[in-house]
Amino acid sequence: MPPNVPEQLSKTIETLYRSESGRILATLVRLLGDLDLAEEAMHEAFAAALDTWHQAGIPDSPRPWLISTARFKAIDGIRRRARFDAAQTDLALYLETRINEEPEEEEIEDDRLRLIFTCCHPVLAPEGQVALTLREVCGLTTEDIARAFLVTPATLAQRIVRAKAIIRDKTIPYQVPSPQELPERLGAVLQVVYLVFNEGYSAEATGSELSREAIRLGRLLRELLPEPEVTGLLGLMLLQESRRAARSSPEGDLILLDQQDRSLWNQDQIAEGIALTESALASHRFGAYTLQAAIAAVHAEAPSAASTDWQQIAALYDRLIRIQPSPVVELNRAVAVAMCGHPEKGLALIDALLARGELANYYLAHSARAELCRRLGRLAEASASYEKALALVWQESDRRFLEARLQEIKFGSAVDFPHSRRL
Amino acid sequence: MKYVCLGYYDKGKFDGMTEGEQNAMFDICFEYDDHLRANGHWAGGEALQSPETALTLYWKNGKVATTDGPYAETKEQLGGILVLEARDMNHAVQLMAQHPALTYGNIFEIRPAGDMNEIMKASEQRRRKNTAR
Repeated sequence: MPPNVPEQLSKTIETLYRSESGRILATLVRLLGDLDLAEEAMHEAFAAALDTWHQAGIPDSPRPWLISTARFKAIDGIRRRARFDAAQTDLALYLETRINEEPEEEEIEDDRLRLIFTCCHPVLAPEGQVALTLREVCGLTTEDIARAFLVTPATLAQRIVRAKAIIRDKTIPYQVPSPQELPERLGAVLQVVYLVFNEGYSAEATGSELSREAIRLGRLLRELLPEPEVTGLLGLMLLQESRRAARSSPEGDLILLDQQDRSLWNQDQIAEGIALTESALASHRFGAYTLQAAIAAVHAEAPSAASTDWQQIAALYDRLIRIQPSPVVELNRAVAVAMCGHPEKGLALIDALLARGELANYYLAHSARAELCRRLGRLAEASASYEKALALVWQESDRRFLEARLQEIKFGSAVDFPHSRRL
Repeated sequence: MKYVCLGYYDKGKFDGMTEGEQNAMFDICFEYDDHLRANGHWAGGEALQSPETALTLYWKNGKVATTDGPYAETKEQLGGILVLEARDMNHAVQLMAQHPALTYGNIFEIRPAGDMNEIMKASEQRRRKNTAR
């Protein structure tokens, strides 16, 4: 940073960076045709702003100023390289002829969508998609992302370098997918958003930051592409986030849904989440995220654990299994069936699932089985299943929870029945 | 944020270059350094004289000991350091990836500068307390 720049101006520019860098970068990638070139040009434009605005004042509309400055910076850079690499000369000339084309506002919004689809392109590994999206779309630094994912900045920097190299080498086109491709490509984008959110859900210390970022990304996506599943995913995230304050004790111990203090649930997030879910359901073109949101909404609407409408939840799981069959969804459905007053039926479903082997190493399957056995008075079986769950659990707070349950069985104190912890 | 870039080079290879080749390398590298300066990315840097000029200090048997030469001998020698001002690690990588020195076989190790501010503040407080006593 140049000296003598008043702190106020550098703060203003930093704020501007946070709010505008995603848009500016997205447009520059289209105008310049290269992610690295666009990024560097944008950084240089922000650095130039620090210098120029100090003397000339902040322009009325900083974004066009930054975009135009970045385009000139990019051409300078290409000219510099052209002296050693003749192939760059044509590129510089081409960009110069286009320098006076002002991007339209509408185009700028499309650019943001293009950037999201590029960062979440299926050719990239999920960890690359996530890192690239958080950095290029959300404007987080390499160090921020590394901290959130508990890896070193060097490791994360390499993920980003590799992902960018793949985009360049495979010449991934910078565009919003065609309507035919859209469902699949949108699926990849939503998966990235939900991965970020889930990372925030499980990480004990750094979690809230990532979850907030995922929700912000969900809002942006919905603004740009109001598809029902985008709406459903945003609803789902808000409904899950609404319980953040209630789902762990001050000591960091896990508190299951039925044990949570519902007065701690964030009612604003619940109201917004339910409204979004209802609008997604009304479209009749919804998918798995919307159904999961609907299940979360049923829980959110129940004033107490006992008054939960388990019939409706079981019915929603039936539909979810049809469009997204998975053993975990089946497990959740089995628990819902048990909660409708059929614990034996639920237990039989879980035993059948475990017999198939896919969930043999999934601790929640064993802990759910343990709870049902305990409820049915089959205490020896309950203990054995808790032991199995304990052998598989890796998160400290979950381990403490299971140990407490096991102690309760051994010493015979009664506890309420917990169900699947997420939905 | 500041990033310290340690530049390593192969002395044998450099000595094998003609004067003209060496000058061409310097020109192109310094020009890129100027570009970094012009955009506010240059936060300092120094070239180092050859490793034979180094003197290494350490603590041995309760007193300071010295040896000639560098701490570690490798084929690639530390030839200079460059302190870069960049937004984050990937920005630093991107800036250094374009450094022409790389095309001459030089190697850059990029490390984020450690933030000692908190530690220094705490230390100052401890020392102030000690003098106040």
